[in-house]
Formats: sequence, structure tokens, C-alpha cells
Amino acid sequence: MKNLIALLLFLGLSFGAAASEGVELQEARINLSDNDSLQRGAHHFVTYCLGCHSAKHMRYLRIALDVGVDQKKMLKDIAPEGASIYDQLHSAMNKHDAEKWFGVQPPDLSLIARSRGADWLYSYLKSYYIEPGSPRGVNNLVYEDTAMPNPLWQLQGEQHAEIRKTIWGEYTKLVIEEPGALSEREFDRFVNDLVNFLVYVGEPVQLERERMGKYVIFFLLMFLVIAYLLKKEYWKDVH
Amino acid sequence: MKPSRLSECGNWVLDRFPVTKFWNEHMAHYYAPKNFNFWYFFGSLALLVLVNQIITGILLTMNYKPDAKLAFDSIEYIMRDVPWGWLVRYMHSTGASAFFIVIYLHMFRGIMYGSFKHPRELIWIFGMLLFVALMAEAFMGYLLPWGQMSYWGAQVIISLFSAIPVIGDDLSLWIRGDYVIADATLNRFFAFHVIAVPLVLVMLVFMHIVALHEVGSNNPDGIEIKESKDPWGHPVDGIPFHPYYTVKDIVGVAVFLLFFATVIFYMPEMGGYFLEHANFIPADPMKTPEHIAPVWYFTPFYSILRAIPDKFAGVIAMGSSIVVLFLLPWLDRCPVKSIRYRGGIFKKALFLFVASFLALGYLGTQPVTPVATTLARLFTTIYFGFFLLMPIYTRWEKTKPVPKSLTKVLSLEEKLHTLEEQLPGLIEEITEKKPVSTEIGDPAFKGAFFSRRPNPEGMINVIRRAAKKAIGSLD
Amino acid sequence: MNNKGVDMSKRQFLTTALTVVGAVGTGYLAVPFLAQMQPSVKAMAAGAPVEVDISKMEAGQLIRVAWRGKPVWILNRTPEVLATLKTLDNELRDPLSNESEQPSYSKNPVRSIKPEIFVAVGLCTHLGCSPTFRPEIAPNDLGEKWKGGFFCPCHGSWFDLAGRVYRGVPAPTNLVIPPYRYVTDTQLIIGESTEEKNS
Repeated sequence: MKNLIALLLFLGLSFGAAASEGVELQEARINLSDNDSLQRGAHHFVTYCLGCHSAKHMRYLRIALDVGVDQKKMLKDIAPEGASIYDQLHSAMNKHDAEKWFGVQPPDLSLIARSRGADWLYSYLKSYYIEPGSPRGVNNLVYEDTAMPNPLWQLQGEQHAEIRKTIWGEYTKLVIEEPGALSEREFDRFVNDLVNFLVYVGEPVQLERERMGKYVIFFLLMFLVIAYLLKKEYWKDVH
Repeated sequence: MKPSRLSECGNWVLDRFPVTKFWNEHMAHYYAPKNFNFWYFFGSLALLVLVNQIITGILLTMNYKPDAKLAFDSIEYIMRDVPWGWLVRYMHSTGASAFFIVIYLHMFRGIMYGSFKHPRELIWIFGMLLFVALMAEAFMGYLLPWGQMSYWGAQVIISLFSAIPVIGDDLSLWIRGDYVIADATLNRFFAFHVIAVPLVLVMLVFMHIVALHEVGSNNPDGIEIKESKDPWGHPVDGIPFHPYYTVKDIVGVAVFLLFFATVIFYMPEMGGYFLEHANFIPADPMKTPEHIAPVWYFTPFYSILRAIPDKFAGVIAMGSSIVVLFLLPWLDRCPVKSIRYRGGIFKKALFLFVASFLALGYLGTQPVTPVATTLARLFTTIYFGFFLLMPIYTRWEKTKPVPKSLTKVLSLEEKLHTLEEQLPGLIEEITEKKPVSTEIGDPAFKGAFFSRRPNPEGMINVIRRAAKKAIGSLD
Repeated sequence: MNNKGVDMSKRQFLTTALTVVGAVGTGYLAVPFLAQMQPSVKAMAAGAPVEVDISKMEAGQLIRVAWRGKPVWILNRTPEVLATLKTLDNELRDPLSNESEQPSYSKNPVRSIKPEIFVAVGLCTHLGCSPTFRPEIAPNDLGEKWKGGFFCPCHGSWFDLAGRVYRGVPAPTNLVIPPYRYVTDTQLIIGESTEEKNS
């Protein structure tokens, strides 16, 4: 019996190790109560993503209410021209053209943070590198042969992949060769804000439900105490 | 006077409708054994979850669109635009997983205390039918969000039917109503999920309870309380279900709701087990996700399917793993019901069965590797071994004498009390005491201060003793 | 079992306490369940204020626009019509709109901000059918007394061209006037009030 338990433990560990193979993801700092970051992220999204990708389950009104922007300011500074506050974040791109240009339709991004995870998005957007000879001239470490060209290359600059060797084996390191408009730290913050916004868009109710949960749990605890006292009182009869 | 008119009105109804009789028969005069423990909460909790699923389900159908083009978006519409839609949806999705947790524990209770044995075979059969109906309900409900996992999960499961010789292909075509999972499939699954199967479930729950109240509840000692009655004809070891078990079950409900609310408000995805990540991508008939796994509650059976290298045999094995549960009352030959008085061989077999069930469940969520397949085969063998060898190993089981009346249950306070008594000794054992040298201190305090640090040797001793006790209790 | 020494009042108190707390909990749970049947954000988006350009409207013309899914009429009334309206008071149930629903700025005999432009929700106040626009005077089917107005085909209610209901018909009150305001002389916004804008 002891051997069996040891075997099970061992297997559990080895599976756990096997699961973490592949490129190591960088950690995004997600803070949904940071309204400034979310506002910047919303602005980045509209400027750099909305050209091709929609977020059709999200409305400008909801964003304005949740991240604390005045509705008029929302329409003036963040939303594209001509949008109404009730509009959803639809992309201007024609679906047919998109398929012709990229081979696939750019996916809707409303739920991308829930299907991919924040860290994946953060690492993905930072992992483009120049690959001469490939169809687009660039490739991505996290998502190989991605159909999306790097939308942020003017900000980040051009990265090259270098193979480095250590005693544990080889790994690929991306090095910036041609600096972009932003410094490395500024760019990290830029991507982080964008990912933070995408996480918010994935489930806008997140903060509210966590806030509410405390009251519900407190109430249930109160209910439990009374229920337990009542049970104890009645069960005095039972010997 | 108003109250008297009200009671007159009440009497008018009572004269014509047997509410009182029903109440007495099933609550106030239904005598249940007085020693129900933790494991006996899950029946009433299952009922609670069923009610939750029905109510939240009805609310969801008000905004859900069973149409391949609209289904996915309508769920997001519920999550964002419908007031409180997110809460209703999370209650329903968490409720589905909670249902299976509660039902699995309920079934384990039945096996552990022999609740399936004579004279309760029919209760077990109804319960198993409920379990099958519940699996059908959950499976069809899982298609409705029309995400990638919904789509490909349904595709895989319906393809199982095509393994049946001769009629297989036509059968799976008929179930789908199209050559692939399509709008027609979604629409008919919606009909089944929303009305057909729930009706069956409610009917079966009714029959399950009627059958139970006819023969009376089993208990952790596995004794028939009806065999010793007091002069008034009530079982000596029984207490009326109401108020004693109603107040007790309310405590269980409160604890359950605490867990339930924690999941809903803080971890509705449960790390991708309750709501799978890939299901946030709309169904795409052109592209299978890299790794498809069914929802966690189906994974043990899915593992059994994958463990068998032949398609048809795999389907048969998966089907048999459920069918064999139906036969349990006739496979077990031991006259003793409760595990408390059964032989060590049954305890070990049950432990192995539970371990392999959990292991199969875990393997079902993981991608296939040669090692995983070998392990899945091993655990599948244990799973079936538990049932198929049962007629043999239970026949010569060395059982302990079963007492005539129920044993005393320790209440929570009493258990805490014993723990409290043992605690100081335990702390002494697992920690090391060292005097603290007080540099600035008064010499009068010298030796008065101690620091405690963990003592590995003592800890190992304690764990070893506990393990010995646990193993000893198996025999 | 042993019922001796049971503190019944404690038992009663705890039962009551649990019932009350349970009822409060159920009440709180009922709020989201009932509230989820309220109009969603999508419905509110569809119910957003509507802009209407009335520069091309001819005298006597009626146009219909949808606001919150309801038909809203905009009628350009001629001076003759306005003159007729003044003579009808004796045949109307509520000529001064005291019991009817309208924003304060259109609570006047012609029920509008500018006398010639009439705006109203085109649903009968009886049971919600949409009345037909019958501007002609004394047609064959409606008889001598018809001075032009709205006629509800469902149950035969009569309204004049200010949406005021006649006596002796099923509809209880005048047609509802929605909140609206003028952006420019020829541009209307339906669903937004002048007062709301100022405040």
C-alpha cells in the first residue's frame, strides 16, 4: 500500500513537470482596480487593435462606467470618431478582406483573456522577432507562425532571436536591435496596460462580483451560526 | 375574527387535499435512524442543487438562443448586458459541477454503508437511473454554450455511437440530425436539456424518495431500526425526520452554500475545470483545439474509453463501467451492510476502487502519453476488478459482529474536546523547547523564556502513529 | 428521546431567528432573479433617444419613427387643423390633459412645444393598438361628427389631432406624449427632455 501511494505521488509530480514545457511565459501584472491603467489600455486597444479586431461583446458605455471615464470624454478621447456610447467595439475591417490578407479572420477579442490567459497575451505581444525568409518576415516565440503581423513594432523596435547555451540546454533570447519609439520599460508598461484592459473586457463584472462575494459569505456565516445553534438545541432531545 | 376565518379557509383545503397526511408520512412521522453522520447530508443537498439548476435554468432560457449562429453570443449577452445575468449563469454552471460532487459523495456513502443492499435494491436502481439521466442532462447542457469544447466534446461522444456494429453510423447520424454537429443538433439538445430530461429527473427523484420512505433509511451501522420498536410502534433508534433532520440538514445546506458562494464569487472557472478555457472560443467546425478533455465529472469514464485500444471495445468498456454499478446489489454477497463491521478485504478493495476512480479522473484531463495509457489500463482493471471479483472476495469476508442497536455518535463538541485534551501533549512532541538567553534582561527572568521550534523527529513519530492507526482501522 | 428540561422559549427564538434570516436571504436572492427580467443594456441601447429631421415635412404630413420599439408620430398640423382643435373641447373627455401623460412642456390645449408640430406615442391608451391616421373630415365610415383625427380600429376609440380622447369611447386618457426637444428648428430628439438637458 505504501508503495502504491509513493508511486501515485511520483506520477503526480512527473506530470506536473511535464505540463510546464514549452516557452516560459512572462508574468503580466493584472490589477483591475487600476483605472488609469485600464483607461490607457482602452486607448491602446482602440488605437492599435480595433482596426482589425473587434470586441463585440463590450460597449463603450460599460467601459466608461467601469473605468471611471465621463461618457463624453470616452467618445472624444477613446472611442473612434462617430461611435455612439451604446455601440459595441466593432472593427471597421471587412471580413472578406481580412481573410484575403491574413488567411484567417482576426478573432474577436472580447474573451481572448479568458481563453488564453493574461500571461500568454503579455508574452505573445512581446515575443515577435525578425525572421528573414518567412512569409511575413517576422515570427513569434510564443505562437509560432502566427498570422498576425506585429502591430506594435514601431513602439517596440525590431527584435532578433539569439540562441544561448547554458549547462541546462539551449534557449532562445530575444534582443532588441533597432530601438522603437518606446524604451523597453515604457513598452512593457504599454503591453501590460493593454493586457490589463483585455482581462477586464473578458469579464467586466469581475471586480463587482468579488466585492459582492464578501457580503454573501458573511451573511451565510451568520445563517450557519444560527442554524447550528438551532440544531444543537433540538438535538438535546436525542440521546 | 380574522385568524379563525383564515384557519377555516385552511381547513377547507385540508379536508379536500391530503397535505397533512403527506407531511406526516414523509416528514413529521417519518422515523430516521438517529446516528446519521456527515455522509448523510448529500441526499438533501442533491435536491437543493436540482432546485437551483431548475430555477436558474429557467431564467437562462429567457435570454439564451438555441441557434448555432446566436448561441455563443447570447451567452456573452447574458454575462454582460442582462442585469444579474452573470450571477444566474455562474449559479447554473457551478451548480452543474456541484451536482456531480454531491452525487458522487452520495453514491460513495451508499457503497460504504451498504445502502444498496436488501431491502433497498430498488432505491439503488432508481438512484443509478438518476445518475445516468444526470449525465445525459449535463452532456447535452454542455453543448449549449457552443464553444470549442462544447462542439468537439459532443462530436467525440456522439461518434461513440458509430462504433456500434451495423446500425452505428445511421444511429449517430440520427442523433445529430446532420453529418456533423450542427444547428439541428444544438436545437434538439436544447429541447432535451430544458424539458425532456428534467422531467425524467424529477420523476425519478420522486420515485427514489418514495422507495426510500417505504423501506426506511439505512444508517452508518447498517442496522434495520424497524426491528426494535417501542410500545407505541416507533423504532427505538429512530427520530422523526422533522424537526431533527430538517434542522440538521439546514446546517449542511448553510455549509454547502458557503462553498458554493465562494466558487461563484471568487473562482467561477475553478482553474478551467468548471468552465474550460477553450470553451471561451466560439465553436469552429474546421479546427479542433489542441487538447480536448471532457468536463471533469466525465473524465473517469473517458479514461476507461481511451485505455482500450479498440474503438468498439472501448465503447463497451465505458458503457459497462456504468452498467456494472447497477448490478452492485447482486454482486455483493456479504450479509453485513456497513463498512464498520465488514472485513479488511472489502475495506482495502473499496480504498483501491476510490483511488483508481480518482486516478482515472485525473488521467482523463491529461493528454495521452504511453505512461498515462499504461496507468489508465491498470486503474481500469482495478475499477472492474472491484465489481467483478466482488462475488468472490465478499463471500469469505471475515466480518465483525453487528450490534443490536445503534452505536453512539460523538458530537462535534465531544470530538473537539478529545482533541483539546490531546493537543498539549501533541505540541510538546512536535516542538523543541529552548531557553532564550535574555541579554538585556533582568537576571531574575533567566530561564523563564523559551522559544519553540519544530522538531522533525517528533513530527515523524506523530505521523507514523497516525498512519499506523489509519491502516489498522482498515482491517 | 427525552423532552424534559427543554427551553421552549430559546427554541422558539432560534427558530424565529433562522426563519427571519432565511427569509431575508431568499429575498436578497429573489432580487437578482427578478431583476434579470428587466430590460437589458441591449434593450436600453435600442431605447436610446432618436434624432429626427423634420425640415422636409409638408403641411399635414405624418411621419412615424420607432423609439423604444414603439411607433412615435410626428404630425405637421395646418392652421385649419389648429383652428378646429379649439372648437372640440365639449366633446372631449380630458381637453386640458389633466389626467393624461405628457411632459409639462406639452401640457397645453394643442399638446406640443410648437403648435404646428405634434409628437405623440402612436399607441391607444385603451389596450395598446396603434390607431390609424384619418385627417379627412366626415368620411362615410366614421360619420358626420368626425373632424379629422386618429381612429383606433381595435375597439373604436376616437382621438383628435392633438391626441385628445373623445367622450364615450373605451380609451380612458389622451395619447401619451414622449419627452422630446428641439436641437435646432428642424431637428428633433425624441426621448430626451429640455429640462434634463439643462440640469
